[in-house]
Amino acid sequence: MSEIRNFTMNFGPQHPAAHGVLRLILELDGETVVRADPHVGLLHRATEKLAESKPYNHSIGYMDRLDYVSMMCNEHAYVRAIENLLEVSPPERAQWIRTMFDEVTRILNHLMWIGSNALDLGAMAVFLYAFRERENLMDVYEAVSGTRMHATYYRPGGVYRDLPDEMPKVAETRWRKGKELERINAWRQGSMLDFIEAFTDDFFHRVDDYETLLTDNRIWKQRTVGIGAVSPERALQLGFTGPMLRGSGVEWDLRKKQPYAKYREVDFDIPVGTNGDCYDRYLVRVEEMRQSARIIKQCIAWLRENPGPVIVRDFKVAPPTREEMKDDMEALIHHFKLFTEGYCVPEGETYVSVEAPKGEFGCYLVSDGANKPFRVHLRAPGYAHLASMHEMAKGHMLADIAALIATQDIVFGEIDR
Amino acid sequence: MTQFSTRNQALAQSLVDKLGERIDSMIEHRGQLTVEIPRDHWLDAAFMLRDEPELAFEQLLDLCGIDYLGYGDDEWETAEATGQGYSRAADELGPGRFSWEERPEAGEIQNRFAAVVQLLSLKHNRRLSLRCYAPDNEFPVLPSLIEVWNSVNWYEREAFDLFGIVFDGHPDLRRLLTDYGFIGHPFRKDFPLIGNVTVRYDEDKGRVVYEPVEIEPRVTVARVVRRDSRYIDKKLEGTGSGA
Repeated sequence: MSEIRNFTMNFGPQHPAAHGVLRLILELDGETVVRADPHVGLLHRATEKLAESKPYNHSIGYMDRLDYVSMMCNEHAYVRAIENLLEVSPPERAQWIRTMFDEVTRILNHLMWIGSNALDLGAMAVFLYAFRERENLMDVYEAVSGTRMHATYYRPGGVYRDLPDEMPKVAETRWRKGKELERINAWRQGSMLDFIEAFTDDFFHRVDDYETLLTDNRIWKQRTVGIGAVSPERALQLGFTGPMLRGSGVEWDLRKKQPYAKYREVDFDIPVGTNGDCYDRYLVRVEEMRQSARIIKQCIAWLRENPGPVIVRDFKVAPPTREEMKDDMEALIHHFKLFTEGYCVPEGETYVSVEAPKGEFGCYLVSDGANKPFRVHLRAPGYAHLASMHEMAKGHMLADIAALIATQDIVFGEIDR
Repeated sequence: MTQFSTRNQALAQSLVDKLGERIDSMIEHRGQLTVEIPRDHWLDAAFMLRDEPELAFEQLLDLCGIDYLGYGDDEWETAEATGQGYSRAADELGPGRFSWEERPEAGEIQNRFAAVVQLLSLKHNRRLSLRCYAPDNEFPVLPSLIEVWNSVNWYEREAFDLFGIVFDGHPDLRRLLTDYGFIGHPFRKDFPLIGNVTVRYDEDKGRVVYEPVEIEPRVTVARVVRRDSRYIDKKLEGTGSGA
């Protein structure tokens, strides 16, 4: 009889289902996973150390590059930590804008997740549909901040500028013209709020489409039901947050339990799962997309009715307007000091977190009174999720690893930092 | 006991009742409570924080290391005038502005390394942060919390990797974020931002080679600490001159 022994293999770092640069070392008994050991850090950029050598505002852009599919939510945690130490609170309109963009970001993230998750498990079509919708939301990001992804839009004390009155239209090219161009620009005739409203009204039907493709799909259920089941007790022990925790049946959402921005004033529901498997987490995230669209509609209604300032008029923290600068010596000095030296944050430390699409994204900030942070630590939700890979994967088949990585919604920007 | 805000009063009281002499100090800052626990009580205090029903911190969300070397240092004299102009800060060696040869001396700093933990109680809907200083600066060791909260696994590995804090009792304390075979603990304040080595693919040798770092430190903005009236009493100029 020949000798039978376990086999150790590399999953990644160059693997399309590894969602970036994950090197997963798997010990296999036949096709069954005995041990999973994730090696991370291939995308480590020392964001936290870089932030120590820069004035506070310079690092906002780095936050976008952490979880690079939920950009503004990361900014929100960092900016709120600074505001907490500075004792600055942004104007009401800024908070509504932040609430709206947090939810736009949540949809962006969940679309990326549903597309790539379905693709990993063999459903190509969902990916294409999800990216069609994502493109519209990227345009919203671009209209408000000038960039499609790394917005740097939230600032301590508010947001950088007010929402544009006009939604930019797509220009005619050799490939986009005539009827096709008219269709694309149909939503873009009015303001940005009009565009987002048209998008969200339509989006409920789009989510229904994804569900048609997946929810009762026999192959989809075979690949996800009963895979990676985590009990609520274990989910808490392992530090799960967000949809990973709610999928296990724990009703915990910072937007409800410890509300920030304007979440106290909007109406929405928190979906929870029962079995804690990949399928339940799928259902939770799909429902979250609908709830996000609901929140966005309420934000649009408020923002239409209530114009006002979007950033504090405290020139120690936020710059004066261009007009003031050209007219007023004090304003010019403030502008110069703010952009050369930045602002000093009073000594102290704080931990502030937001409900990012993947879970609790926290920012621990220590200031010693300087214009640069003494220490920044970013609590990324995916970090705790990936750390549980061994426990979730043990006893599953090799093919389920792709389902597990997808259900954890892994993004290496935030895990490696 | 010092006075805490109404939101934290109940928590502070039950912490004092349950943990008693295990608490070194309790600080409230911006509505958040931080408890400092000496190393000898780190583990049993953690068990009590999790298991006592009045505390019930079911979840450990975060652990991070801190290096307090250079805390409060600045590169620019702000209290007095100087004849040197802006260039007076150009030659300073603050964070990110030194190479390995120019790194700051650690000297006789007390409690250089610490671990900070963020806890969450779902039952009571409240948060708490804990801090524990590692007594020995040369060889900082803390007890591992992995038996109490399994989620601390990778956080302790990260703090070991980046700060060199050793967690006694951790079953698998390997480096996590840095390269295989990395030397040093890069988030220590005396580790240069530019690093020590670069890697590149060598065509002749047919493999990746490590070489000493060539780039120059390039941080242009000086580190400034201002403690004058504008920052202490913000109400003086709170709304800016144009308001």
